Amino acid sequence: MAEQASALGSAATPSRRRVDTLAALLHEPKVIGGGGFILFLVLAALLAPLISPHDPLEQDLMSGALPPVGFAGAQAGFPIGTDDLGRDVLSRLIYGTRVALTVAFVAATLAAVLGTALGLLAGYFGKLTDGVISRLIEIWMAFPPVLLSILIVAIMGAGVASVITAIAIIDWTRFARVVRAETMAQAKADYVTAARVIGFSRFTILLREILPNIAPLLVALLTLEMGIAVIVEAILSFVGLSVSSDTPTWGGMIAQGRQTIYQAWWVFAAPLAALFATVLAFNQLGDGLRRALDPAMRR
Amino acid sequence: MSAELLRITHLSAVSRASRLPVLRDVSLEVGRAEVHGLVGESGAGKSTIAKAVLGILPQGISLTKGSIALGGRDLLALGSHERRRLLGAEVALIPQDPLTALNPGRRIEAQLTDGLVLWRGLSRRDAKRRALALLNEVQMREPERVLRAFPHELSGGMRQRVLIAAAFALEPTLIIADEPTTALDVTVQKQILRLIRAMQARHGTGVVFVTHDLGVVAQICDRATLLYMGKVMEEGSVEELLSSPHHPYTKALMAACPRYDRPGRGLEPIPEAVLAACRNEVAAFDGSLAND
Repeated sequence: MAEQASALGSAATPSRRRVDTLAALLHEPKVIGGGGFILFLVLAALLAPLISPHDPLEQDLMSGALPPVGFAGAQAGFPIGTDDLGRDVLSRLIYGTRVALTVAFVAATLAAVLGTALGLLAGYFGKLTDGVISRLIEIWMAFPPVLLSILIVAIMGAGVASVITAIAIIDWTRFARVVRAETMAQAKADYVTAARVIGFSRFTILLREILPNIAPLLVALLTLEMGIAVIVEAILSFVGLSVSSDTPTWGGMIAQGRQTIYQAWWVFAAPLAALFATVLAFNQLGDGLRRALDPAMRR
Repeated sequence: MSAELLRITHLSAVSRASRLPVLRDVSLEVGRAEVHGLVGESGAGKSTIAKAVLGILPQGISLTKGSIALGGRDLLALGSHERRRLLGAEVALIPQDPLTALNPGRRIEAQLTDGLVLWRGLSRRDAKRRALALLNEVQMREPERVLRAFPHELSGGMRQRVLIAAAFALEPTLIIADEPTTALDVTVQKQILRLIRAMQARHGTGVVFVTHDLGVVAQICDRATLLYMGKVMEEGSVEELLSSPHHPYTKALMAACPRYDRPGRGLEPIPEAVLAACRNEVAAFDGSLAND
């Protein structure tokens, strides 16, 4: 009984409970590491005009292809060198986080909303609804994603909006599949039966009983999808289908750096490293959130 | 006649996939304030009857014949909306597994007050007061704290008490208890049985108690119906059933119960001859249907 009492003690008040969740999040090293890096990127994106040493578009052919600090021929004021047109790589990298993060947050959220809605419907209503949505998912996934995104961008025209649309339209299936399976599992649980016996409508059960229980999974999935979105945006930038070339993007920098890889490898390596670190951070954060938010795993 | 609460008549059901009968012409009556045991081994159809009453039969099973009347109204003849209204307010379920029957993501308070807000139109505050009274009634320690807790913070026995409180919340006339003590250990089991019995007597609620345990039947039930392969084998008051069983299956089932006062004697399985006789009885019944 004493043990029960102490276990109950931890749930003293709702606000206390929220503090508990926060504490659990802060005890997860992956959340601290991954989340910290993402926070750092968000700040960099917001404060880009203040912290960038140069205008990312400013060309200076006299100081083209300068190497990073520490290499022979480096110039003060260009910490990771310049590209062949003399633009500051660090400044371009900082401005590049803007497109990368915008696409990551917006596209992943849209894909999550679309996929979750369809996954919930398919998983709970079953029968014809499930049949139609499941076939749609299968057809969708059989279609080559790069081709589909090129098609979408070709129709909508280049730009951040079309990149976001493309990612949301392609990747909703990831959410739909997982949410459908999880909804099916939850729908079999006795508490759903209990809610049916009380007489709640199916939508009430879906939104109030089932959705909150798949939320931790969704949060993790959403974070992973943000990492994927960053890569897809880079790929589309790489092939020149993202934003116009006067907006610095990591993918665009990689494409441009590839041409001068033997003369100025840092132009290629810097955005690649940023991309790698960002995706890793999103993945770590997602994994950490999944652990921290799952009440069963926490205890 | 007015004492009758639930009347199931000639209820038959088949499995859609295999077309095999699941229930065979089951008839039974449950009086007001009566605890009626549905006894049988796995697959005997006891849970199917419970689910048919609650209107939550799995998709693979369909009713082919018969009626289920609650307080004189035929449930199967009602439209789905009216049926939900009637069932929601009049019938409650105490589920089998207290570990999965509470939503892990919602506080006990929300789960206890759901029905009160939906069917009684209580405000959240009044519903909370009622929930607190219910928790006191099921002898829960620290009910205030339990209301604020999430299910995983409670023990199995505490959760089952919460579920019993939830079942009685709307003052239903009928409660379906689907093996509510199977997932609990024996000492807690006894407390829970006493609690259900006491609550049921105080509120005058009829209970359909699904179980495979004759010991539980002896402790809590007034009357019982014994099922085998979806067919009623024997029905009667518990004293009658347990002291002078008529049907060979009942006798064999009683003999098969483990007896701690007779150590040294192992478990006795039900003799094959008795099972064969039961199967013949079922087969004869199926044959009589085919001849119709």
